[in-house]
Amino acid sequence: MNAIIRTDRRLSMTVVGPVLGLIALLVAGALLNPNFLGWDNLTNVLARSAFIGIIAVGMTFVITAGGLDLSVGSMAAFIAGLMILMMNKALPGLGVGIPVVLLGMATALIAGLGAGLLNGLLITRLGIEPFIVTLGSMGIYRSLVTWLADGGTLSLDFTLRSFYQPVYYGGVFGISWPIIVFALVVIIGEIVMRSTAFGRHCAAIGSNDQVARYSSVRVGHVRLMTYAALGMLVGVATIMYVPRLGSASSATGVLWELEAIAAVIIGGTVLKGGFGRVWGTVIGVLILSLIGNILNLTDFVSPYLNGAIQGAIIVLAVVLQRESKADG
Amino acid sequence: MKHFVSGLAVAVALSAPAFAQDDTKVIGVSIPAATHGWAGGMNYFAQEAVDRLDAAYPQLDFVLATASDPSKQVNDIEDMVATRNIDALVVLPFESEPLTGPVQNVKQSGAWVTVVDRGLSVEGIEDLYVAGDNPGFGRVSGEYMAQALPDGGKIVVLRGIPTTIDNERVEGFQQAIEGSGIEILGMEHGNWNRDDAFTVMQDFLSKYPEIDAVWASDDDMAVGVLGAIDAAGREDINFVLGGAGMKEMIKRVKDNDAMIPADVTYPPSMIATAIEVTAVGLVSNAPVSGDFIIGSVLVTPENADDFYFPDSPF
Repeated sequence: MNAIIRTDRRLSMTVVGPVLGLIALLVAGALLNPNFLGWDNLTNVLARSAFIGIIAVGMTFVITAGGLDLSVGSMAAFIAGLMILMMNKALPGLGVGIPVVLLGMATALIAGLGAGLLNGLLITRLGIEPFIVTLGSMGIYRSLVTWLADGGTLSLDFTLRSFYQPVYYGGVFGISWPIIVFALVVIIGEIVMRSTAFGRHCAAIGSNDQVARYSSVRVGHVRLMTYAALGMLVGVATIMYVPRLGSASSATGVLWELEAIAAVIIGGTVLKGGFGRVWGTVIGVLILSLIGNILNLTDFVSPYLNGAIQGAIIVLAVVLQRESKADG
Repeated sequence: MKHFVSGLAVAVALSAPAFAQDDTKVIGVSIPAATHGWAGGMNYFAQEAVDRLDAAYPQLDFVLATASDPSKQVNDIEDMVATRNIDALVVLPFESEPLTGPVQNVKQSGAWVTVVDRGLSVEGIEDLYVAGDNPGFGRVSGEYMAQALPDGGKIVVLRGIPTTIDNERVEGFQQAIEGSGIEILGMEHGNWNRDDAFTVMQDFLSKYPEIDAVWASDDDMAVGVLGAIDAAGREDINFVLGGAGMKEMIKRVKDNDAMIPADVTYPPSMIATAIEVTAVGLVSNAPVSGDFIIGSVLVTPENADDFYFPDSPF
């Protein structure tokens, strides 16, 4: 009897842990600075979380299926650069307007899909470790964007940027587009993960790919699809990113891959695969952005220690979950 | 294959001097690769200086190598000594510590050594030291801030990547605004990065309802700061002062943009100064050893034309 209660309490801890962490941060923020819970600050934080968030949803599927993608940050920088070049090139022909923006968006989605498929094909068809493949493509995309920008910064034409800007800053009912798109991606991701064969197959492959294969799951195909979807989502994130400052350089998207992976793990997805939770990833993303936000809003600790605090919270989140996994 | 390539390299190295005149001198230039805006500009000016001097002085040959990390830079320098027998080395060290030994070896081989911007860990190796003035950069920025806000005011400061360079700049700035009635509300690290600066500035705007001016201390960070101010629609901020001399910012100063009334230089073209002076030292009797500190200059609409290089990537 006693043992059952203990297991129950512990089981719920994996679910409740990240939520409690998020609530604790919200309370701490509200106590430290009265502006923290203001509408402006909360929408700022949500909008800036959207890039990592959209990518992290895709990463949740990749990790659940037992994979990993280190290239997403560089890929985002490369796609942003490509998008800016395409739009600037097409500008004289198309003029400032919706067609040129749509062209930019299509470029981002196609480039993202292509880059994701390339990673996926190398991993599934040639059987190379995902860590190695994506470490390689990480370096390749980072160099490519530096090369495209000639070592400097690629900037979107100023008038075009002003026209495209509402995609980041505008919105409906006071909620900006990045937040809306992020929410949509999360809802679709949650449904796919929970209620479709694809989501179940990801978990099955991550948990034991041999058994999945014997159960006639198309292991290679499903894995390929996770990388392709992630690449596409990187494209979506870039579509939101470019209108913000209208530029891309080799400093764009640095360490986004690690932030996305950390968010996925904080949210309760198992790093070695087999179990994924999309809504948990959202909590993970919010926790990471809120820490940065709170540290900026207070003079509580030296800014030199921001990284240390973020690191400590990531480890703490995973420790909480490990404890509850120990029985299972 | 590897043997073939290295064999080829040796063959090229051996044959090159045979075609050259006896009194031809070789200058090696080793710089970090264009991994951020300022370094991109520095690469551009290095290449331009090499092309120009190569044409101007037939008796000089140049070898230009860019390195993406310190160990690659060490290899570059060793290769220059081994295969090109350089008479002079112009080096902008990636990091001081790892490059000190290799540059010392070059010096011992009898070559002239010019060190640019980042000093080595051991003093007295270089014949010529060309560098920007970081405390001066902060001081010029602070003096401008004090003059632009004669009645004092509230400002926020964005700092760079935590380094000695950043500390020297901020100290210079703080000394210059002392007693001017300017109050620094907050300082955070924007890491010389547009996106980080955007985030930090958004949070500053949430935290402080009234800000008179921003010292972004860098033009890339100024871009992020301006983005955050525009998005928040805040009217209280009078101006943003960046730094370094990015062409887009110089253009805005030139066009009398009220938000960007001035800029403070930290020119990536200092590499060109270093190469030029080294070349003069090799081909003439003019003495060129010593320290050459390039001051940070305040750019205003009146003199902005002199600092505007539309072809440079930075």
